Amino acid sequence: MAEQPILLEAKNIIKDYGSGPVLNEVSLQIHKGEVIVLIGPSGCGKSTFLRCMNGLESIQSGQILLDGEVITEGKTDWPKVRQKIGMVFQNYELFPHMSVIDNIVLGPVKVQGRDKKEVIKEAEKLLERVGLLEKKDAFPRQLSGGQKQRVAIVRALILKPEILLFDEVTAALDPEMVREVLDVILELASEEYTMLIVTHEMQFARAVADKIVFIDGGKIVESGEPEKFFTQPETDRARRFLNTFIYAK
Amino acid sequence: MDTEFIVEYIPHYVEAAKLTFRIGLIGIVLSLIVGLVIAFIQYFKIPVLKQIASAYIELSRNTPLLVQLFFLYFGLPKAGICISSEGCAIIGLCFLGGSYMAEAFRSGIESVEKGQEESALALGFKKRQVVGYIILPQALSVSIPALCANMIFLIKETSVFSVVALADLMYVAKDLIGLYYKTDEALLMLVVSYLIILLPISIVAAVLERRLRYAGFGN
Ligand SMILES: Nc1ncnc2c1ncn2[C@@H]1O[C@H](COP(=O)(O)OP(=O)(O)O)[C@@H](O)[C@H]1O
Ligand SMILES: [Mg+2]
Repeated sequence: MAEQPILLEAKNIIKDYGSGPVLNEVSLQIHKGEVIVLIGPSGCGKSTFLRCMNGLESIQSGQILLDGEVITEGKTDWPKVRQKIGMVFQNYELFPHMSVIDNIVLGPVKVQGRDKKEVIKEAEKLLERVGLLEKKDAFPRQLSGGQKQRVAIVRALILKPEILLFDEVTAALDPEMVREVLDVILELASEEYTMLIVTHEMQFARAVADKIVFIDGGKIVESGEPEKFFTQPETDRARRFLNTFIYAK
Repeated sequence: MDTEFIVEYIPHYVEAAKLTFRIGLIGIVLSLIVGLVIAFIQYFKIPVLKQIASAYIELSRNTPLLVQLFFLYFGLPKAGICISSEGCAIIGLCFLGGSYMAEAFRSGIESVEKGQEESALALGFKKRQVVGYIILPQALSVSIPALCANMIFLIKETSVFSVVALADLMYVAKDLIGLYYKTDEALLMLVVSYLIILLPISIVAAVLERRLRYAGFGN
């Protein structure tokens, strides 16, 4: 397979909330169709990295490029950029005052000015794919966590982003619901969706990733193919991190 | 109790009640507008305006309406600015009500989860759209009980308008007591008039509140 073009790229980015850098010269290239999984201990800067990529946080130095164009300098039309960079959050963040279908349809209609009838049809198709068509008129409060997260994924997907960012989307879920959400993401991966995923589900990371990026202390410590990373990590820090997931009597 | 007297003077009370109601209504609508504007100045943390807004809120909440009206009616003419009784009443009510409404809106806006704004931004909504479609509808459902309580409070506050020679309910009652010494009758009609204005508002407020609490968001 020929090398795909770079879709999203971070070049030496530094992020500082005011008490020292949280991201320290982080560089990462995400090619079209690639699935990259970010892992690392809590507080190492994974969420911050994702939030910088779609401009929810500003950076102090470095550059972010989308389709080869710098988006972190000058006057960026963030609403437009964000339509191309979808994001799904740990706490779903569905709009509680709207039904499932309205949650999904509001963006395409109000942000992209698409025809409401068409969008509803498409939303129903997507809901059916994630097994939630019969919930389309329900309100978020009436859904389980797993169902909410699947709706949130559909809500991001319907804007047809070029890349999806997932920030620990199963971390708030009861264990039996984790699978139903991860299955949706696995399916997206099989369709060549470009994704940048933060997760603590190591089995899933190994299965879904084209590349694992291990961050610690605001720096990329190690990155590489999942098989290699999980069986023979190169750095001590990665080895220690992976050991925290192993239970032995 | 002199029923004949009561019947004779009912039209006076009706006129005064209309006036009280009209000024109350205009004052409330203006207060809501001022309150909303201030709440968003604070939400967007607009420099300078933000400081002015907090100064206004402190001034408005820590001075009695009576004093505010004295200032408008007796103080301003000394500086060459003359405002009619009705104008004073409306401005006074709006000045007082604006800060109360602003606080009611603010508490509603603050109750909306921070993540809501971020997730909406992440979907590509413009800031203005986030406010209109996501923040405000959720904030309002929280604010409405306080907003209703403020409306009732403001209508009750209209009872001080007689000091600026406005022929409102209080003014008519005082007038009748002064002229005919029919204290019981005058006060009875005064109480009834206020109840007629305020009870429907209270009932609507209570119904709204219950609806919002139990039927809200498909719960
Ligand atoms: N809004 C913020 N203000 C100040 N510090 C923050 C903020 N968000 C995150 N941090 C800090 O940045 C570091 C990285 O946080 P985060 O990106 O959330 O880590 P992770 O997602 O890897 O657990 C942490 O030390 C955290 O305390
Ligand atoms: Mg995080």
